[in-house]
Amino acid sequence: MLARRIIPCLDVRDGKVVKGVQFRNHEIVGDIVELALRYRQAGADELVFYDITASVDGRAVQSHWIRKVSEVLDIPFCVAGGITSVELARERLEAGADKISINTPALQRPELINELVAAFGRQCIVVGIDSFVDDAGFWVKSHTGAPAQTRETGRTTLDWLVEATKRGAGEIVLNCMNQDGVKNGYDLPQLIAARKVCPVPLIASGGAGEISHFEQVFKQANVDGALAASVFHKKTIAIPALKSRLKATGIEVRL
Amino acid sequence: MSVVIVDTGCANLASVGFAIERLGSSNLITRDVEVIRSAERVLLPGVGAAPSAMQNLREFGLIDCLQELTQPVLGICLGMQILFMRSEEGACGGLGLIKGNVTQLETAQFPSPHMGWNTLHDLADDPLLHGINDGDYSYFVHSYAVPVNQYTLAKTNYGTPFSAMVRKENIWGCQFHPERSGQIGAQILANFLQVRS
Repeated sequence: MLARRIIPCLDVRDGKVVKGVQFRNHEIVGDIVELALRYRQAGADELVFYDITASVDGRAVQSHWIRKVSEVLDIPFCVAGGITSVELARERLEAGADKISINTPALQRPELINELVAAFGRQCIVVGIDSFVDDAGFWVKSHTGAPAQTRETGRTTLDWLVEATKRGAGEIVLNCMNQDGVKNGYDLPQLIAARKVCPVPLIASGGAGEISHFEQVFKQANVDGALAASVFHKKTIAIPALKSRLKATGIEVRL
Repeated sequence: MSVVIVDTGCANLASVGFAIERLGSSNLITRDVEVIRSAERVLLPGVGAAPSAMQNLREFGLIDCLQELTQPVLGICLGMQILFMRSEEGACGGLGLIKGNVTQLETAQFPSPHMGWNTLHDLADDPLLHGINDGDYSYFVHSYAVPVNQYTLAKTNYGTPFSAMVRKENIWGCQFHPERSGQIGAQILANFLQVRS
């Protein structure tokens, strides 16, 4: 059976892994290659590296450390940040990334999704969505790497999710911004709504604080994977303990 | 060169090379016909779509060379799919080294593409599966697959069962990515570095 995936997310800035709360006040948590190997040893199923300021700084996630990670890592990994063209994507895939994730650039020019899918196949094209909830619904934001530059897009999350998959995206990472870094659990109503309209693998992001949150999101929202950062970086949750607990509650995981 | 990785023009060549290096074997990524012909072992990686991979191989003048190899060959993911006669993907002809066609994976109620870690079952007695057990996980990412057939070495289920590994004589194929399948993948690659055709 296909296992549910546990995906540590490493936010990268200036070649170091950092973590902020609701995208603010970033602190350095460690070296990229060292952390990648540590998570691999702990049983992570996949890793995601977000160069969080790439789009804001007008550049792309750097290939030199992607290559270093690929040399040592024997599990899949995805990179994100400022990938605005087929050529920038090609360099990163050739450096060894298994998937590339696009967020702000896809919002600026949605055809980018079609171009990347045509060039590399849908299996390696992930669309990340930063979604904010208010009384009127779920809304997509862009440029979330820097709070001062974060913008409303006017798009609703579910419409954008469906459009991205119609354009060929092979996976969706839905980051529920209200939950990010606050450890109150994944946004279940939003993820349940997203699951209903998402025909491709769906990854939940934002809000993991304890083991039961992972159990809830797999059981209630039926997502394919759960992404988290601070609970892993701060060692609040150890991946082996998380996975054995999930297994014990009947969730298929790779031990 | 003992291990050669065929430059299929696809994007994951470096990852496969790094995996072989982690096993302590040097390797060369090449599209040179003579180098491929004289290699002890040949890896045929691939990601993306079958029509563009086949188009690349035609442009590089590699079709005849790949069809005539007698040393151990391992096709990975799309590299396994193009070993067969035809693919439904873009109604594309393959290398025709193994009888059978590649079809769109019927994932039933599950999301497509099939992406993530899935289990290997009904393992055949084969040197590439030495040290691998029923239920071991490997990493898949694909939406086309080879149905179970007489060449199947291991099966995986996702909506329907399909061939996770195949073999015909000196030609092996893995639908999953051994270079990204942790210890299990490393074991399969290490086995490949030992097999004789």
